[in-house]
Amino acid sequence: MPNLEHPAYPADTLLHLESLMPCRESQVSMLLSIFGERQQFSFPSIFIYGHTSSGKTYVMQTLLNTLQLPHVFVNCVEYFTSRLLLEEILIQLQSCSSETEQTSHVPCDNFNDFVRLFKQAVVSRKLQDQTLYIVLDRAEQLREMEANILPAFLRLQELTDRNVTVVLLSEIVWELFRPNTGCFEPLTLYFPDYSIGHLQKILSQNHPPEYSADFYAAYINILLGVFYMVCRDLKELQHLAVLNFSKYCEPVVRGEANERDTRKLWKNIEPHLKKAMQTVYLREISSSQWERLQHDDGEPGQLKGLSAHTHVELPYYSKFLLIAAYLASYNPVRTDKRFFLKHHGKIRKTNFLKKHEKQTICYRVGAKNRTEGITKERTVNEGNSNKCNVTKINGQKTSNHLLGPKPFPLDRLLAILYSIVDNRVAPTANIFSQITSLVTLQLLSVVGHNDQLDGPRYKCTVSLDFIRAIARTVNFDIIKYLYDFL
Amino acid sequence: MSTCSVSKGCFVFKPSPKKRKLSQKTANYFGERNNASEDTDLRFVTCQSLWNQIKSETEQIQEDLNKQLFDNLVSFLRRSHSEFQEKTTKWTCRMKSREIPTAALVLGVNVTDHDLTFRSLSEVLQNNITPYIALLEAKDCPGIKNLIQKLMGQLMNCYIDVDSLEDEDHVQVSQNRIRCSMTSIISWYQNVTKKTDSETRSKKRTSSSRHWQSPPVVVIFKDMESFTTKVLQDFIVISSQHIRELPLVLIFGIATSPMIIHSLLPHSVSSLLCIELFQSLSCKEHLSTIIDKLLLTAQFPFKLGEKVLQVLINIFLYHDFSVQNFIKGFQLCIVEHFYSQPLSVLCCPLVDAKKRVNSLSRDQCENIRRLPSFRRYVENQVSEKQILLLTADNFLKEITQKLLEDLHVYHENYVSVLRCLHVFTSSLPKYPLGKQIRELHCACLENQVWQTEEYESFLQLARMLNKSDLVTMLEQCVEIFVSSSGKEFDKIVEKLKEFLTQFQELEVAEAFQERDGSVSAQKELQKKTDLYHLQKTLLELKESRRSRKLTKFEMLRFEVVEYIDSLVRAHLVPADHKTLHEIVYFNTASVLRGHLNAAPRVALHTSLNNPYCYLKNQALKNDGGNISNKAPDICIVYKLHLECGRLINLVDWLEAFSTVVTAVEGPNADATSSDQRLDFVAGVLAAWKELNCRILNQHQQKQRHYSSHIFQWNYCQKSDLKVS
Repeated sequence: MPNLEHPAYPADTLLHLESLMPCRESQVSMLLSIFGERQQFSFPSIFIYGHTSSGKTYVMQTLLNTLQLPHVFVNCVEYFTSRLLLEEILIQLQSCSSETEQTSHVPCDNFNDFVRLFKQAVVSRKLQDQTLYIVLDRAEQLREMEANILPAFLRLQELTDRNVTVVLLSEIVWELFRPNTGCFEPLTLYFPDYSIGHLQKILSQNHPPEYSADFYAAYINILLGVFYMVCRDLKELQHLAVLNFSKYCEPVVRGEANERDTRKLWKNIEPHLKKAMQTVYLREISSSQWERLQHDDGEPGQLKGLSAHTHVELPYYSKFLLIAAYLASYNPVRTDKRFFLKHHGKIRKTNFLKKHEKQTICYRVGAKNRTEGITKERTVNEGNSNKCNVTKINGQKTSNHLLGPKPFPLDRLLAILYSIVDNRVAPTANIFSQITSLVTLQLLSVVGHNDQLDGPRYKCTVSLDFIRAIARTVNFDIIKYLYDFL
Repeated sequence: MSTCSVSKGCFVFKPSPKKRKLSQKTANYFGERNNASEDTDLRFVTCQSLWNQIKSETEQIQEDLNKQLFDNLVSFLRRSHSEFQEKTTKWTCRMKSREIPTAALVLGVNVTDHDLTFRSLSEVLQNNITPYIALLEAKDCPGIKNLIQKLMGQLMNCYIDVDSLEDEDHVQVSQNRIRCSMTSIISWYQNVTKKTDSETRSKKRTSSSRHWQSPPVVVIFKDMESFTTKVLQDFIVISSQHIRELPLVLIFGIATSPMIIHSLLPHSVSSLLCIELFQSLSCKEHLSTIIDKLLLTAQFPFKLGEKVLQVLINIFLYHDFSVQNFIKGFQLCIVEHFYSQPLSVLCCPLVDAKKRVNSLSRDQCENIRRLPSFRRYVENQVSEKQILLLTADNFLKEITQKLLEDLHVYHENYVSVLRCLHVFTSSLPKYPLGKQIRELHCACLENQVWQTEEYESFLQLARMLNKSDLVTMLEQCVEIFVSSSGKEFDKIVEKLKEFLTQFQELEVAEAFQERDGSVSAQKELQKKTDLYHLQKTLLELKESRRSRKLTKFEMLRFEVVEYIDSLVRAHLVPADHKTLHEIVYFNTASVLRGHLNAAPRVALHTSLNNPYCYLKNQALKNDGGNISNKAPDICIVYKLHLECGRLINLVDWLEAFSTVVTAVEGPNADATSSDQRLDFVAGVLAAWKELNCRILNQHQQKQRHYSSHIFQWNYCQKSDLKVS
């Protein structure tokens, strides 16, 4: 195992660092060598990226704290406007070096002010002789602020002419940040995902005081065996480990098995963990409910998860409105006559094929022939003669359910509604207000601008299963009315 | 009061409660139409007191219904931050990631009712858990910034409300208004808790002892569905970072299903939450309770007629599921009844009504005589009595008192017998008379229920009930009659109890007999092994069973059903067969429908077709189909266009318009100046513009034609769209 080496810091500090941040030795040593000694200028901006919970924030925080480097740590999600962000940096700067009373808050509206105030702050806090680190966590939020913020942060050293380094932490790659106008390229550093071995090592590091490290490590091994396939998030795994540990210990506590009896313990915990994967991990039932269940030794079957409650009770006409909206969203307009007109006659399915569908088929045949080197006239002839066959082959049109819902005007919705409801429906204000309330319930969505008063257009956003459940309650066979299932 | 948006909807502005002077005005309105002799003031007062009673009753019901849910929520909130209170340093607590406790509150799709629920919820929480409650609505929070602003505003205001105003706080608030971020909320929270902490220590524990030292901060999202994903995600991510400093609890108000949480939040965010589900009572059950407590009781003198009740229930079931709207409709019925029916003075508790009858004026007596139900009553009397009734006011008053008492007794009996009948019908297969008691109630109000086919099938099914069911039902009926306050029920109870004892006696005897019979039959079967003989005996057995005399149990069952039938016939007479029912029953459904079922397109059509309907200008009053030239231009243009089919030629239209407008001036006005002509063209153009932007679509292909795509329902009828 390579030990960390750095001339500026004593060996025991480095050892301590290493024990705090297992499995991140190479990244830490890389960072240390970039940082250099306290008074040395460092690289103006560093961009660190890596997947969720690959230790970016943790490494930066522990590194800066243990080495007692002057730093400012800001989460960009929390300070969602540029003004808040800049002010927060200044506030932290004021309080970081000296523990004096909070000086009055200075408004800082733009980056120009920030640079000015930043210089003042650095001078007044006597930070010129060492590098100041500004860490911006969740830096992808910076892209949503004013266009100048990100480039300016990257060049902060140059702009302020002070010894400062900006570190950006993000989950996405630098290429997605780069502005069109170009900017100073930061030094990028990648934090790879923890491997299963790493996870095992990190998780078993914090064992409970009552039990031995080996016992806990064995538990973690079982846990990873179950969960590693679905979840590699360290935090989540840690949480799950703590939640289920008491169940694992149960046989030991009752005296049925000793700590070495791994097989027995495994038999006890494995089904339990599988159940946990289907419930707690998906947040179907909450972790506190899970703990209570464990405590009472109840069956998780008694507690219904969130997705068990899919049934939505709707007023009678709302159901029909929703059905009508679904039909309007997934049926082509030209088929309305077939479905809703009383005497539509017998129209075969093939007659419904759209014109352009036929055209594309022709083109496809043509293209195929052309590659075979046949003259143009012949391709047309052949295309026509082949049409019948090809339509049969390509007869299954692209399913509207694969394409998603299409917008429809209000009038079409109402026309379908009046024809699918058995008794006469008066177009009262109640019907219209139901459409609006369906929109607020997110079962329909308005397409286009909200202030378009005449001819609003809607889309139906519910799934086929949902609408079938609804249709069943009003005895309406929706499949018979859907073009895709004809 | 602003509507915040230009949108297609009706906005209801509720009057602010401070305008208490209004009641006097409404009293005046009451008297406006009718002359003073009809006790308008008294009617108004009665109406008010009745409504207040009903209102308090409904509030009570609501409170009871929500109690269970609120209790659960309160205990959840107490539990949720217990770790925060104890500040434990156990290994599990240290290692576990702190999730934000979240209650997913599924409230049903009746969004209009939610406001009330949330208001009472926040009241309950304020009394029990924490003073720090923020109610957020999606329309106020288009971005995370607005959300935090709103949150801060509500939290800090509520703080000021709790403690009396202090200058210091003012300074703090104004300062914080500049920087709205989570850190300022945290610092505010620390300040507040520190202060209450020291207060409780120094002073005696009075008001704040209800709350803990550091009460949680509850944030309620009223309409989870309407929030944008980004805002919610950001807020959850931010607050999860500070959960150790700020004990936050979220409550999601969900109208559809809890699945929405998963569709709104990605796993990385929802894993920060510790979601528990709470479900409120379904609105249908809520409505049944309301109907049960308000309508199926003799407590309130006011009753709803069958049609009216049907209208209200239909609006509920078909349109909105809103209990609030139902109650509002009920209120409208009360007001309308007291307003339109002069005799509604007598619609009050029986004791008062009797007194009031004595002081009725001449006109009011005439009003009584004019009631159709009273006339029917008079016709059935002997002739001397008829004369007396029609001439002598005193005698009339006496009889009225008696009739009112009859009506009251009828109501008391009606309710109990109805419940009793419901016990029977609700347990039969296929529910011949409806599953809910309200359906049965409607059926009984509509006409004589025993004449309907459903009732026939009910009787048939009831005659096939088995013994244990029958006994339990009878027991339930006894309970109903015993608990009700009616006077004539002693006999009924006695009779029912007698049935019950007879059933018990039967049990012993029959069990013995049956065993005997079956044994003998089996013996016979065993004796004959020949196939032919076996067949024969089986046939005989069957035959004998068919023609067999009814057993004792069957006889008794028959008797019970007969008895129930007689009860129904005696007590469930429809209300409009009763004399003087007009006094307490509100039955004009058309008025109610006009008020509650607004039909904008129909209204538009009427106003264009028959402007007199709204303008009330005598000149516009026309009979038949001719088009008056006095009508507004837009009406003329519209009518002319109606006369054509789908498409109308522009030139023809203009020509027709000019003929109509210049019709009266006629031949002598042939010298129309160019100015007038310009006016005329401008008028047509303006009318077009109006029609165009409201209803007409310009036809794309033929530029000189205007199509009549207006009311789509119209179009729908024309093209004969029907269910295939």
